[in-house]
This record gives sequence, C-alpha cells and structure tokens, in this order.
Amino acid sequence: MTKQPIITVNELVKNYGDFAAVKGISFEVYEGEIFGLLGPNGAGKTTTLEIIETLRQKTSGRIIVDGFDIETDADSIKKRIGVQLQAAGYYPNLNLSELIVLFSGLYGIDKSPMEMLEKVALTDKAKSKYKDLSGGQKQRFSIATTLINNPRIIFLDEPTTGLDPQARRNLWDLIREIRDQGTTVVITTHYMDEAEVLCDRVAFVDGGYIIGIDTPDHFIDQLVASGFERKKQVKLANLEDVFINLTGKEWREG
Amino acid sequence: MNQNYSNTRATLAIANASFRSILRSPSAVVFTLAFPLIFIIVFANIGGGGVTVDVGVAKTSDTISPVYQALKNIKVVHLIQDQSAEEMNSNLSKGSIDAIINVKKNSSRPPFTINVEYTKASAEKGNILRSVLSNIYYNINNNAQVGTPPVAEIRESTIEGREYKYIDFILPGQLGFSLLSSGVFGTAFVFLSLRLTLVIKRFFATPVKRYSIVLGEALARLAFSLLGSLFIILVGHYMFGFTLVHGVVTVLNMLVLSAIGLIIFMGFGFTVSGIAKNESTVPPLSNIITLPQFLLSGTFFSVTAFPKWLQAISNVLPLTHLNNAMRKVAFEGAGLGDVTHQLFILLIWFVIIYAVAVKTFKWE
Repeated sequence: MTKQPIITVNELVKNYGDFAAVKGISFEVYEGEIFGLLGPNGAGKTTTLEIIETLRQKTSGRIIVDGFDIETDADSIKKRIGVQLQAAGYYPNLNLSELIVLFSGLYGIDKSPMEMLEKVALTDKAKSKYKDLSGGQKQRFSIATTLINNPRIIFLDEPTTGLDPQARRNLWDLIREIRDQGTTVVITTHYMDEAEVLCDRVAFVDGGYIIGIDTPDHFIDQLVASGFERKKQVKLANLEDVFINLTGKEWREG
Repeated sequence: MNQNYSNTRATLAIANASFRSILRSPSAVVFTLAFPLIFIIVFANIGGGGVTVDVGVAKTSDTISPVYQALKNIKVVHLIQDQSAEEMNSNLSKGSIDAIINVKKNSSRPPFTINVEYTKASAEKGNILRSVLSNIYYNINNNAQVGTPPVAEIRESTIEGREYKYIDFILPGQLGFSLLSSGVFGTAFVFLSLRLTLVIKRFFATPVKRYSIVLGEALARLAFSLLGSLFIILVGHYMFGFTLVHGVVTVLNMLVLSAIGLIIFMGFGFTVSGIAKNESTVPPLSNIITLPQFLLSGTFFSVTAFPKWLQAISNVLPLTHLNNAMRKVAFEGAGLGDVTHQLFILLIWFVIIYAVAVKTFKWE
C-alpha cells in the first residue's frame, strides 16, 4: 500500500462561541486505507469530520482533500467524497430506487438504482421505504448513497452503532470491500474491537486534541511493552464469538 | 466526476422527488383536494349562509326619506353609495350588486316613489330585497294616519344578467384556501422535517446549490397545487355549474393567479419552518396565519357582511385580494390586466413576506 496522503489536516481549530471543540489537530489519512477516528462522545470527532466534509466552517487551520483546499475548492471536494451522516434521514415517502435517482441527480451522474443497490445487497428492497428497513439495511443503504459519485474517499460516522453482531460483521465486510476497490474510508466508532479488526490506522481524539495516531497493532504492542496486563485472563474466545457461534454467522434481515 | 455539473438537473431531481413525496403524503392530498371539494359540495348544497343584499343607491335618491332610513337599519341590506351610475349599472348586470334603488320625493301624492331595479343575475337576493321593501312599505303606510293615501309606492323593473350562483362565490374562495394551506402547512412541514432529519445536511454534502433545493421544492409544490386547482375548477364547472366566462382563457388566468397566490403563501411557509423549533410547533404557527384568512378573507361569505372595522382587517389580508381577483376573473370575465389593484397588493405582500422569510429561514 502506498503511503500517499489523501487528506491532510493541519492545526485545525473549531470554536463554538467560547467553547473550543477542536483545539489544533493535525493528521494525515493515506490513500486506500481505513482510517478510524476514535474517542469519547464530545471529543470533537464529528466536528472534525464535518469540517473535512465541507459541511461546517473551520475557525482556523488548513485542510487539503485529494489535492483541493476546503476553503477554496469545496465544490470540487464535494464531487469526490461520499458522506454518511450520523442519524441522518432520507427524503420522506420515497423508495430506495427513487432515493438513488434523487442522489444521482444531485451529483449529476447517471447511475442505475439497481447497480447501486446491488453493491450493498439491497436489490430486493428497491421498492421499500427507508424507514421500513432494519438497522443494518439502513446503514448499508446509506453507504450505497455515498458511493454514487464514485468517490475517492467516503466518510462513515458511527455506522455500526445500534447494530447486532451479525449486521455489524456484515457491514465490516462491506467496508473492507469498498477499501479493496480503492476507496479510502474514514470512520468513527465507539467500539474498540471494531477499530482493532477493521482500521488500518486509528487516531485517538480527546478533549479537542489528537492524543495518539498509529496502527491498532502498534498501540497494543506499545501498551503491552509498558508492562500493562489485563486483570482478567484473556481467553481464546469472547462472548461475541459465542453469540456468533450459537446464532450463526449469516446475517438476518429485519 | 468528469461530466459538467448541471444545477438544472439537480433542481429537477429535487422537484421530481418532492412531487412524488407530496403525492404520497396523505395530508397534502387531503388539504389540497379533499377539504376544498367537501366544502364546495356542502356549501353548494346549503346555499348562502351569511347573506347580504348589496343595494346600489342612485345618486339622485332622497336619503332623508323614511324609506331610506328604514333600509339603513336593516342588517341584511348593504347600501352602496360610492359608485357612479355607470359602475352601478355594470355591476348590476354582473350581479355583484343585487339591485339599485332610487327613492324620489314627489311634490304630489304619494310623497315618495321607490324605484327599484333588480337583476336576473341575482334573482334570489333580489327577492330578499323585495320582501324587505314591501315590509318597509307596509309599515310606513300603516304608520301614517288611517284613511290618508299611502306615503310611498314601489315601482320595480328587472334587467337581464348572468345568474350568479353560490358556487361562483364559494369555489374561488375554496381555491384560495387550498393554496393557502398547501403553501403554508406543506412548505413549513417539508422544510422543517428536511432540516430536522438532516436530509438538507446530507444534500449539502453533494455539489447541489442551495437555490436548487428551494427552487426544486417550490416547483414541485407549484405543479401539485396547480394540478389541484385545475381539478377543483373542472369538478366545479362540470358538476356544479361553476361559471367560466371565457372558458379556457378564464381557467388559464385562474391558474396564473393560483401560482401567484401559492408563491406568496409559500413565503409564509418558509418563515414558519424557520421559526418552528419542532414539528409540533408548526400547526399552531401555521394556524395563526391561515385561520384568520380562512375566516376573514371572504372564503365562505362576502367580506361585505362584516362590520366596517372587521372589513378593514379583511382588506389587509392577502387571501382577500387573491379571492377578489379570482372572482373577478372567473365570473366577471376580467383579464389579469383588470385586477392590477389586487395584484399590486399581492406584490406588496410578496416583498414583505420574502424579506421576513430570508431573515428567519434556517438551513440547519
């Protein structure tokens, strides 16, 4: 994998009135990786993401996305990224096919709804309404809408929150597939097990600062090298493995 | 990514999505089509409720006469004195006034002659006036000393005119009401919910321009409401005999007025969507705007039935002027050039409401 930065964030600051949400963070995302932004609620993850996505104004700092400055070239950036928002809804009363047609129009791109739905295994739901989908299906559909413009980068904000273990693993497979096809993925999550298996690199954000950025393996090795030991003896499997083993790996609809 | 980005295409994509969404939204269909039609059916069948008889008073009429004084005290009769003789005659033939009265003082007996000119355009109301007058006539003559000759006599004539049916009054009002509720409620709900469910935010992550979003939504609502108006007009015409003086031309003029009205009412909708914090505050805010106009703008009964101070309020409201323009166009066969007064007042409303809407509208 080439280590070519596709996103460069330099000294990003965001203030909401007196409150400083992001206090000068810098990082790079490499082309073709799955990059995780990790941290507690209110750490500034979503704010950072939305500034990179051109949805929010920064207070100061510089951000380059795929060679374009967010300050001067927001429109060019919008054409090359795909965005999945935390808890966003879709246009009411439309079915999935119609929503894809709508987004194709918004991006100015000809895409057949079936082609897009096939990518996320939702062709049988083409005539369903978004609100009637299960949690996992909703997230997969959201991801389909991010792929319409053949983006260079997609941003996923907590895509697996609230999903059951099967749906979560199913989504991981989908995200890896997207990465393997050459799209860079930036993801936020609260689940460290997820970041550990899914992300090529992660950054920890806390209190508006980045307090560490590396591969999950390196972080874990460093901690172990410092003499850290889990209180409980680690077994070869965990409860989620038991759950998957008992209920089956295949993912259920609904 | 390499194609040239087309704002028109994005706008039409939104218009198309919005139009489908409106068609599938029960409240939009009910408010725009079902309610107005129900009101039309109900009111077309029960006839006029708050009836007033508009009576032109000829300039030469003796206004000191007891006949005139008695007429003034009768609530059903609305006396009109500010029109010229030609205006009165033309209005009489259209039925927008129901009769012209001319009370003459005679030098010989009987001391007063009441000349009344009725119109076939408003036969029903003419009959009301006829019975009112004969009542006055009877009372006055009875009050005079027994045995003396009658104080007044009535001379009547009836002119030819188009029959003015209640449907001709109620339908334009219902059309206005339909446009008002679609423009205010529909626009407010849609933009608030798109904002709250982050649909607009998601749109902003695409290259779409803000004006495309507003324009697309407006086009969809315009298309839907004009189809609704056309439907109401056709049902009214073919089922209830709604008068369309110049046929298709009249219909087209009415649709142009509908579009103008809707655009103004959407301005209120944009404002409400900006002020409302959540979906439950939309109905009260919208009702503040729609209900007074619903009641005071001559939707169900003529504004002339109201006391003067209330008429002053009515004459400020945009729906009053839309309704008046609609009625002139539909029944009197006026062109858009004949309703410039109404259009001018609507233009003032347009400027005011969009100035407010721009200030209050919120994107996120």
